[in-house]
Amino acid sequence: MPPVTSPAAATGYPIVVAEDLTKVYGQNRAVDGITFSITSGESFGLLGPNGAGKSTTMRMIGGTLTRSGGTMRVAGLDPAERGPEVRAHLGVVPQQDNLDEELTVRDNLIVYGRYFGLPHSYLRTKADELIEFAQLTDKAKSKTTALSGGMKRRLTIARALVNEPKLLLLDEPTTGLDPQARHVLWDRLFRLKEVGVTLVVTTHFMDEAEQLCDRLIVIDHGRIMAEGSPRSLIRDYATREVLEVRFGAQRNAAVVDQLADVATRLEVLPDRILVYTDDGEAALEEISARGLTPITSLVRRSSLEDVFLRLTGRTLVD
Amino acid sequence: MTDTAHDLQRLAASGRVPPPEVMAARARRWGWWYYVEYWLRTAKAWAQSIVIYMIGEPLLYLIALGVGLGTLVDSGVGTVDGVSYLVFVAPALLISTVVMSTGGELTYPVMAGFKWDRLYYGPHATPVTPAQIGTGQFVGVMLRFVVQAAIFWAIMVAFGAVPRGVLVSALVIPIGVLSAAAFGALLQAYASTLRDEGYQFAFVQRFVIMPMFLFAGTFFPLSSMPIYLHWIGWISPVWHGTQLARQVTYGAVETVWLTIVHVLFLSLCTLVGVRWMRRSYTQRMGA
Repeated sequence: MPPVTSPAAATGYPIVVAEDLTKVYGQNRAVDGITFSITSGESFGLLGPNGAGKSTTMRMIGGTLTRSGGTMRVAGLDPAERGPEVRAHLGVVPQQDNLDEELTVRDNLIVYGRYFGLPHSYLRTKADELIEFAQLTDKAKSKTTALSGGMKRRLTIARALVNEPKLLLLDEPTTGLDPQARHVLWDRLFRLKEVGVTLVVTTHFMDEAEQLCDRLIVIDHGRIMAEGSPRSLIRDYATREVLEVRFGAQRNAAVVDQLADVATRLEVLPDRILVYTDDGEAALEEISARGLTPITSLVRRSSLEDVFLRLTGRTLVD
Repeated sequence: MTDTAHDLQRLAASGRVPPPEVMAARARRWGWWYYVEYWLRTAKAWAQSIVIYMIGEPLLYLIALGVGLGTLVDSGVGTVDGVSYLVFVAPALLISTVVMSTGGELTYPVMAGFKWDRLYYGPHATPVTPAQIGTGQFVGVMLRFVVQAAIFWAIMVAFGAVPRGVLVSALVIPIGVLSAAAFGALLQAYASTLRDEGYQFAFVQRFVIMPMFLFAGTFFPLSSMPIYLHWIGWISPVWHGTQLARQVTYGAVETVWLTIVHVLFLSLCTLVGVRWMRRSYTQRMGA
């Protein structure tokens, strides 16, 4: 696999280095010996389905979960031994919001800043800046319970920035948000990246990984299946285009043998067949010429979803 | 909008934040207090209803039991332990009500922190440690009890229930808080071990807290109960606290060694409870 360098990676330093990282719960190897390195300034993704070990890995970066094996260095420190020092470097956006719903938007930020030992004189102005960044100025004095899901998420991100961290950990940042709220959030994260904040994002959405990540690892069953930039992964593990054809649940299996020579690779899903080829339209014409008219057809660019399917034989979102 | 490059740069690195190791050092030292600050901020929302409760409860108890029942007792047997029934029962009611308040403060809110609202997991991602979170909550609740005990004491003074004098009797405030700490630390530790909210808290309320209230020398001296029930008093922080409180409010007579036992018992329960609680928080949030 060719090494991938983002612009920032050229000048950055390794801010997170994990080697043979392992977490075992009883018989279950939630994280099974993974090795990766994150360069300061880059946006790094952990892509995988639910239960792949992404959140577990995140928690071991912050040292809020003890690891079963391997080594971990964050800003040169071992989170297991220097937890408070490591977490002082971090901003953490957890999968589930844990804002205090009884407190106002502003108080949530101030209370959180105090956990870093930051003085009130700093927090008063910082809270205003963060509220503005989170586009919550109208809601500053509202109780958090009055916020929408997207607003709460933005507040959680703002909260994670109170200590001006160099490294921001985002665990499933847009799960449960509607498309518009997701785009607003991605925009906020982009801007942070632009000013040099290192982003680490777990997601099971391939579009999120493609939007946000310079480089990512694909994780399944606690193991790394592949590593690279979204573009290089698609290039290495998929064709340029995909033709999706539906013949109806009964006929899909019957026609699949007749399609083999049309495609670089075929993937048969319960409801459709994915025909991997560099030219989807040509493949569709060829299929029609053989008299195999599909009920519906769609030509699209390959995505990380296809990479994941290729690597694991499963789809990301079940 | 903070969308100019300059504003964003300032948002990400204003130069006003101390280095991470300084933040961590502050949190290692004061993390527990930062959680107390948070606890007090949330308590502000409930302050009004808590204060009404803290004034109303002693009034109801002292009027019903001290004055109402007291009139009956005093006209029947004369005095209890050499004083009027109001004077006898008032310090015990102070201790009991403060200790009983732990049943609300250090049970369900603990479950909310770990499970319902996951409130502990916010600070858990900061330099503050789980043990500091637990300690902070404990100290916050104890500060509430300082106020609660002080209000109860002031009402006792108003009822004329402190014959030993106002100043000495003010010692019921620390005694009340120590009693609540003794039981509360153990209760918080126990609550932190529970994974599912079930009947446990209601069970504690009915079969631990209520018996302590009823049988730990609150309404009648422990000595007037059959000997085989005395153990309820001996293992109960309420009884030990009540005996101390009676000494400072009306000069109840006890041997010095028994006084020492009371203080030691309450201190030991607090220490064991806090250590257990801190370990339990650490294990639950880190594994």
